Amino acid sequence: MAEYQNIFTQVQIQGPAEMGMAGDLDTNRERTTNTRFSTLLGSFGNAQIGPVHLGSYGLVSVISFAAWFFIIGMNFWAQVDYSPALFLRELFWLSLEPPSPSYGLGFAPLDEGGWWLIASFFFLVGCWTWWIRTYRRAEALGMGHHVTWAFTSLLWLIMVLGLIRPILMGSWSEAVPYGIFSHLDWTNLFSITYGNLFYNPFHALSIAFLYGSALLFAMHGATILAVSRFGGEREIEQIVDRGVRRCSGAGPWASTPRWRVSTAGPGGSQSSRRLRAASGSC
Amino acid sequence: MAQLSFERKYRVRGGTLVGGDLFDFWVGPFYVGFFGVTTIFFAVLGTILIFYGASQGPTWNPWLISINPPSLEYGLGAAPLLQGGLWQIITICAIGAFVSWMMREVEICRKLGIGYHVPFAFGIAILAYVTLVVIRPVLMGAWGYAFPYGIFSHLDWVNNTGYAYGNFHYNPAHMIAISFFFINAVALALHGSLVLSAVNPAKGQTVRTPDHEDTYFRDLIGYSIGPLGIHRLGLFLALSAVFWSAVCIVISGTIWFDEWIVWWDWYAELPWWADL
Repeated sequence: MAEYQNIFTQVQIQGPAEMGMAGDLDTNRERTTNTRFSTLLGSFGNAQIGPVHLGSYGLVSVISFAAWFFIIGMNFWAQVDYSPALFLRELFWLSLEPPSPSYGLGFAPLDEGGWWLIASFFFLVGCWTWWIRTYRRAEALGMGHHVTWAFTSLLWLIMVLGLIRPILMGSWSEAVPYGIFSHLDWTNLFSITYGNLFYNPFHALSIAFLYGSALLFAMHGATILAVSRFGGEREIEQIVDRGVRRCSGAGPWASTPRWRVSTAGPGGSQSSRRLRAASGSC
Repeated sequence: MAQLSFERKYRVRGGTLVGGDLFDFWVGPFYVGFFGVTTIFFAVLGTILIFYGASQGPTWNPWLISINPPSLEYGLGAAPLLQGGLWQIITICAIGAFVSWMMREVEICRKLGIGYHVPFAFGIAILAYVTLVVIRPVLMGAWGYAFPYGIFSHLDWVNNTGYAYGNFHYNPAHMIAISFFFINAVALALHGSLVLSAVNPAKGQTVRTPDHEDTYFRDLIGYSIGPLGIHRLGLFLALSAVFWSAVCIVISGTIWFDEWIVWWDWYAELPWWADL
């Protein structure tokens, strides 16, 4: 058992920073040029931090999220009469609540849910401008839009909780409050309002998929790490080229691509030829 | 199932922990080994006992069939078969099958000369199960605290056990576990979608490279953990989720008996601001 299990990177080599694959002209201009290295991060993943792309959508998104955060923070701050000690003591208990049911879907006075509506508006803008950012960054690099659609499923949950369900029920009061403990209370109340929520078939499915994704990531991460001395983490190559055995590092990997190839989607074999032609040797 | 040409190359002798060459063979695509035999034994015995228990119960409705643990008055003793004894034997079979499966994974890893990450990860899952049906009941003094084997009945158990401690979401270990589960789901979605977006590029483009993957995430958030690091991160997130799930239930009823919301009073009562 006292063998190398590749949990941490033990020897780190630092060369010049990777400045990113060329995108379109705007992308190349809008990238920062600063990078730094963290050997602490490097023991687990890549050591390099930056560069980052500063585009207009990203800027709007970051400002919107900051506004959402700031509005919530200032409301907490006001709720404890601007006392720093009380702010820290009460932090988990403080909450910015949506308007009460009497306001329906209308606007409410600022201190009766109006700030919640304004904060939520900024959160909405932040979410969707970030969505656009995930799409445009993929475009710029000629990649598929899979990350964007994965992010969409997260936004679907957020939208249902804070926008779609409250609108369908006719009242902002149904939305989730902004607070550490208050959102736990909301969750608890939601659970018992409909009896034992575990009997909700979609809740059952949701939990099964949530646990399933933990199971899958444990199995996938463990398998790749276990074969990392054969280059298991070179997943793109494994997907597009099942015949990597001529390369020195292939080893037992030859036994896994057989189902990997079948899951790679259309174009697998075509792109395989292209990549082989492009790379020449391993 | 046809054997692919390269598979024969990896069907090497040895690497077994128990039984030497005796069980060192394959059935179709499946490696057997001593632990394959014990897995089958425990799994078949346990399944038969579940069906026997169902036959002695009131229903064949698959949602309602339930093999219940002994009632609390049996404490940690053995119970008659139909009063929880079946549950006890089935639990032994389940643990036997799970551990056998893990040891079979170890033997396969030894044959292939690869790391032990998969059996280790499965070991954490077994730990969580054992925490629910052995460690916590033993600490609390009765098998009756374990959960029943049934679809609806285990949902009832989760509901009743959770609300026995008020709002269970206030359990700090439960908070950590849920956070890991959610982050794990997001990380897996991002990892899977990133790889797919690289091998299914825009029309007319060649397959993207790992450098494109790194560039995409650096463009997006200023950091890319990299193709090796994401698998370390994924394994860590998933195992942390399972580990903290086990922690959050084992501390409920053993070292904490009140509603979990009360636990947080210590924070508000810290001496430097308690009297404000």
